[in-house]
Amino acid sequence: MSPHAVHEPPPLVELRGIGKRYPGVVANRDVNLAVHPGQIHAVVGENGAGKSTLMRILYGEEQPDEGELLLDGETVRLRSPADAIAAGIGMVHQHFMLAENLTVLENVILGAENTRWGLLDRRSGRRAVREVSERYGLDVDPDATVEHLGVGQRQRVEILKVLYRGARVLIFDEPTAVLVPGEVRALFGSLAGLRAQGLAVVFISHKLDEVLAVSDHITVIRAGASVGSFATADADPRRLSRLIVGGELPAPAARRRGGGGEVVLRLRGLRAEAVADATLEVAQGEILGIAGVQGNGQTELIEAIMGIRAVSGGSLHIAGREATHLGTRGRRRLGLACIPEDRHRQALALPATLWENAMLGSEDLRRRSRWRVDRKAARDATGRLVAGFGIRSPSVDVPAAALSGGNQQKLVVGRELGGRPKVLLAAHPTRGVDVGAQAVIWERLRDARDDGLAVLLVGADLDELLGLSDRVQVMLRGRLSPAVPVGELTVERLGRMMTGAEPEPVDSAAENR
Amino acid sequence: MRPARTPGWGVASTLAAPALALLIALTVSTAVLAAVGASPSRTYLTMLEFGVRPDSLVSAVNRSAIYFFAGLAVAVSFRMNLFNIGVEGQYRFAALLAAAAGTSFDLPGPLHLAVVCLVAVLAGALWAGIAAVLKTWRGVSEVLSTLLLNYVATAVIAFLLAEVFAAGSATGSTPELPPSARLPELDGLLALLGVSLPAGAHLGGAVLGAVVLGVAVHLLLTRTLYGYDLRMSGLNPAAAHAHGIDPRRMIIITMLVSGGLAGLAGLPDLLGNTYRYGVDFPSGAGFTGIAVALLGRNSPLGIALSALLFGFLERSALILDIEGIPKEIVTIMQGVIVISVVVAHELARRMDRRRTARLVREGAPATPTAPATPAGPAA
Repeated sequence: MSPHAVHEPPPLVELRGIGKRYPGVVANRDVNLAVHPGQIHAVVGENGAGKSTLMRILYGEEQPDEGELLLDGETVRLRSPADAIAAGIGMVHQHFMLAENLTVLENVILGAENTRWGLLDRRSGRRAVREVSERYGLDVDPDATVEHLGVGQRQRVEILKVLYRGARVLIFDEPTAVLVPGEVRALFGSLAGLRAQGLAVVFISHKLDEVLAVSDHITVIRAGASVGSFATADADPRRLSRLIVGGELPAPAARRRGGGGEVVLRLRGLRAEAVADATLEVAQGEILGIAGVQGNGQTELIEAIMGIRAVSGGSLHIAGREATHLGTRGRRRLGLACIPEDRHRQALALPATLWENAMLGSEDLRRRSRWRVDRKAARDATGRLVAGFGIRSPSVDVPAAALSGGNQQKLVVGRELGGRPKVLLAAHPTRGVDVGAQAVIWERLRDARDDGLAVLLVGADLDELLGLSDRVQVMLRGRLSPAVPVGELTVERLGRMMTGAEPEPVDSAAENR
Repeated sequence: MRPARTPGWGVASTLAAPALALLIALTVSTAVLAAVGASPSRTYLTMLEFGVRPDSLVSAVNRSAIYFFAGLAVAVSFRMNLFNIGVEGQYRFAALLAAAAGTSFDLPGPLHLAVVCLVAVLAGALWAGIAAVLKTWRGVSEVLSTLLLNYVATAVIAFLLAEVFAAGSATGSTPELPPSARLPELDGLLALLGVSLPAGAHLGGAVLGAVVLGVAVHLLLTRTLYGYDLRMSGLNPAAAHAHGIDPRRMIIITMLVSGGLAGLAGLPDLLGNTYRYGVDFPSGAGFTGIAVALLGRNSPLGIALSALLFGFLERSALILDIEGIPKEIVTIMQGVIVISVVVAHELARRMDRRRTARLVREGAPATPTAPATPAGPAA
């Protein structure tokens, strides 16, 4: 795999005039993409723009209706991912596909094992895995069990899997969606390592800052077609964003700062697994942001407030009522709602229909339903939600699994706000959704805040936290800092507080209302 | 908003799976028959000829009531991804207590019968409840506890028979139930419809009970809040929990419902055939119920059809020994049918999933990985 010399090397992979239609729908039309060895090539576009379909074609999961795919200048047909892997194309999935209770080594070689006399040859497997991980600077202990690994390390295992199978082109599908800032930097380091070894990286993303930071070349996909392709060095962020959305890019701009209302969520020294003496107050009409590096107890804090994680001490009041010993339903009846961190795990039953999902946790529909489920009321309510949030779906009777990620999240946000709650827990409310859906969700959260909703916002996206919150508390090793008004914060200061580099602000009555 | 289902496709994919399964099952059974040296065509014809005789049909329907109750019990738990494979122990325990209760007091006709049925339901629920408590209290897998409780039930029944309920009896069984506690026969009802049964054949009252209960369970599962909670807990327990559906409560209720239904599986025999519980009381229906639920894909109508098929196959097998063909071939056929249905259904499900994804994609990319319906028989 020697780097090609002076001349412009031929593209390692080239897509020419790719078109893909589904009944009634054009997912891709006339897409052109050329990826060179030693290049990080970003494919950007909104969710729904057709990036994923394109990557499924490149990875052999779908067959194009038009156009051709060239490898090293030769036309090939990839009929399955197995074909793609054999041709040196690998995919690092956004949702990891790892066996939790197997070791890193076992996961990497799974399905591509070396055998001796029909027996598993661990030694040569281990040697090969070590070699690959050293060459590309991917530091993972081959004998660690995957369930003990963090998200960043799991992603490295996914990369190892692909490299172990001899990939020369690596497709990364939204690789940063699940990572925290530090891990993103580590990933970018790994990508640079792959580039240095002459591999080609296809990096799918809708985060402009990341694309500009890491890529060499950018191709923009909009409405199924490639609408621009240029070297990153020549890219202008504003022009790029207009290309992506076909208009101006929304940003969480500051609005009227709320607050001053009655306190409707009050935690006093709440203790749970990984949460130490959490004290906070959220008033009507304000958004309290919880910042922190992932894994510092935010997940546990939210679950403890939701009532699905045991509380070992302290107290919790919702709308002035003691709720420490209530179950989830009791708390929801007091006016609690939640946008959980992981919508696939905690927010939606994917095989169930939209209306069944919209009914989940809806005290209103449950009350109407007593013995007989009021399907008509549920369908009508869901129809209004789908229309009100611009959820793209032909019907309320399709399974939630059929919606794109952004539309699923709009369904969740709409459902939770639809119950007219007093307190909303919002954990990473725009994680993994496209800019369009993100703007809708931000807008609705602000509107609800202005109408008097108290929001506890947990996020990893600092721009989102600073743009939406009125006050911010930082969670570090299970402890919450006193609240800081957002006006006194910058991304840099927040970053220092999150890593413990800056001493906590003085706990004054004014700051920790 | 209009439903997205296109009728043509819906019907085709609903029928595709069973048709494919039947084809696979027939092929394998024919191969097995040929391998043991029996003529497949002669075997099928003999079975069919004997099976469709009026008395055979009545007997098959009576048998199917037992499998229907057992299958229903299994299916309710499967729907929540709970695996109650202890229906066997639950229904035999329930039958013993019902037999004992029915002989211990006297009540006027229908009331006596109702109390005996109630005792059976409660006893079945009690036995299943042990597994539910173990699971919610100590996290013991219900797969293990229900299975092992079958053996405990066998021992407890033997003890109760020997020491308590049949202590002085020469036959080793409980005393015979008085007529007031027996199920009426439906021959009169059939006569009203103009159907006369051959001598010696009687349509058991349990069949009517099965129909009523099947409708009731269907409504429970699809129309009530409990049914909704059950479905959501089965599809995504974490999401259900996060939205106020208490998983422990659901486990307890569902196991009690499942056990209660299981308790009914012993009644067609006890109240329509043997009238007493002894060591020779028919057993095995609990395990057949698992196969029936799988074949019926956990829906009451499907279970009714598969219970009828199993009843028919078992009845028509009786002729095979006389013809010199090993009747175990029918057991093999039953097994092959169940496996074929599971395979065929999975194939149909994948086709269906792809179709829905395309229908809704609207130019949006497919969701990263289409979700697997929960693994196992609930799928």
